[in-house]
Amino acid sequence: MQLDAGALPASIAGPARPATRRAWRRTRVLLGSGGARVGAAILLVVLACAAAPGWLAPADPNEQNLLARFTRPATRAADGSLAVLGTDQLGRDILSRVIHGAKTSVLIGLAAVLVAGAVGTGLGLLAGMRGGPWDHAIMRLADMQFAFPFILLAITVIGVLGASVRNIVLVVGLSNWVAYARVVRAETLATREKAFVDAARALGVSLPSIVLRHVLPNVSASLIVVATFGVAGAILTEAGLSFLGLGVPLAIPSWGGMLAEGRQFVDTRYWLALFPGAALFVTVMGINLLGDALRDALDPYLQTRQARTSMDRL
Amino acid sequence: MIGYLGKRLLWALAVLAGISLAVFLVVHLSGDPTALYMGPEGTKEDYQILRAALGFDRPLPEQYGLFVLRAIQGDFGRSLRHRQPTLPLVLERFPRTLVLAVAALALATVLALPLGVLAAVRRGSFLDSGAMILALAGQCMPTFWLGILLILAFAVNLRWVPVYGGEGVLTLILPAITLGVWAMARTARITRSSMLEVLNQDFLRTARAKGIGERSVILRHALRNGAIPIVTALGLELGNLLGGAVITEAVFAYPGIGRLAVEAVVNKDVPLIQAVVFTVAAALLLLNIFIDLAYAALDPRVRLGHAHAA
Repeated sequence: MQLDAGALPASIAGPARPATRRAWRRTRVLLGSGGARVGAAILLVVLACAAAPGWLAPADPNEQNLLARFTRPATRAADGSLAVLGTDQLGRDILSRVIHGAKTSVLIGLAAVLVAGAVGTGLGLLAGMRGGPWDHAIMRLADMQFAFPFILLAITVIGVLGASVRNIVLVVGLSNWVAYARVVRAETLATREKAFVDAARALGVSLPSIVLRHVLPNVSASLIVVATFGVAGAILTEAGLSFLGLGVPLAIPSWGGMLAEGRQFVDTRYWLALFPGAALFVTVMGINLLGDALRDALDPYLQTRQARTSMDRL
Repeated sequence: MIGYLGKRLLWALAVLAGISLAVFLVVHLSGDPTALYMGPEGTKEDYQILRAALGFDRPLPEQYGLFVLRAIQGDFGRSLRHRQPTLPLVLERFPRTLVLAVAALALATVLALPLGVLAAVRRGSFLDSGAMILALAGQCMPTFWLGILLILAFAVNLRWVPVYGGEGVLTLILPAITLGVWAMARTARITRSSMLEVLNQDFLRTARAKGIGERSVILRHALRNGAIPIVTALGLELGNLLGGAVITEAVFAYPGIGRLAVEAVVNKDVPLIQAVVFTVAAALLLLNIFIDLAYAALDPRVRLGHAHAA
């Protein structure tokens, strides 16, 4: 028998395009609070800077102009160009460097979260689905990593391997998998007992398929929330490492690197350190505001379970 | 109690073994660890001689065994840069970092507790939202930027404290604030939520019905019962503070263990790095055991035998 959607009551058939409707409703719930709207607005600006820094920046971030060193903010340099946020010790335009720095922060933050999320989700699923010795070993490893200030091991690894974008992503990513593993494991343990998983198993669905089709989608809400806060933590960690001179190479504009350079001139030229730090602070604030809203919208119970990543202390 | 302590010590030893393995393996990540000691200018013969002298030509398990045996005796080899045994170097710097971390924690506690309690008692008030916005800002603040801002405000503009160096308590104030802000923000949030949970409970109504003054109800009845999550969080915080000191010490040129670690990494001073990481790990584990014991003293409900090893 063929079902005719028009013959069903509206409540069952649903609106014409339910997916769009649902997405719209979710967005409205998500952006319901003032904090979430502020966070979303901040992130839009940061993402725009990260996506097209070349378009938005008034100048080349690495172009040096020694005649225009230390131009004050909102004044004109010797060559007549307006330095909105001033110039640094090599005469580079700080606004342009801040805009290009957004790209560094966002890319490394997202990449590190991908690494951490992939490793953490994998290990969390393994611990939750297999249980027994697997679970025990993975969770003890997580405890171990949680008990130690990971920045010390991170700078050690960077010191031995050298500072490069790839190494930073790996170190930051691998040091933050614990939060994902804990959340995924807890959700997996809860989902594993649900009737639909039993049903799938009874139908002879293979374990990897059960994990991918049935368990993972149920874990995803919590995962999104943890990952959102994770991006903020990763961005702070990257900036911290760059500040220590163990982060991205100086040729790439990064907020942490700019702060390290600005720190040397803090007693006379405040603007060198002020603006990259402000960009970092505002970005992290935006992510956290949106993360809070996401947590409330997606999973009101996550609050108590959400494990903090070991490196967001920076 | 004894059994619990034994279990905790065993776990601490296991963690220490894990960290020693990590610290040991890190050196081998680069491929040829001899290069870290020699630098690019050595000839092939130089490399051969040094490799044999350092024992890098032996099988890895044997090297690890030797490393652990020496580490137990407090011998991490000689610092490549300072040309002296590493452990005294580390122990000389460690108390300064500990002082900084404790000062930061004290500052955080003194500010966060009243803020969190007041925010919870006057829930929804202007004070509550103000305190929580402050806490959010504190949690988003990059410590190194905050440190620079503080230097700018109090050392450069107001000239209350020297920009770098100086003597005594003055040098400790700005680093302690910088390091403590994150812990303060977090503790204030935890205090607030913990108090909110306690404030609705029946025993508070009973206390009020008995005619006990509101101040006493809040401080002696509510706060004491809400204290457990707060103490746990503060205990965990100390470990974070020791890690966070790496950045804070870099900002203020504070001669602690964090700066020693960064210098060692920049100079590729492998034995010194290993000594720092190992010492911090050992100190932290010892500290965690103390915190667990303090926790048991505070809460008679904690049945030690069943407490989860974390």
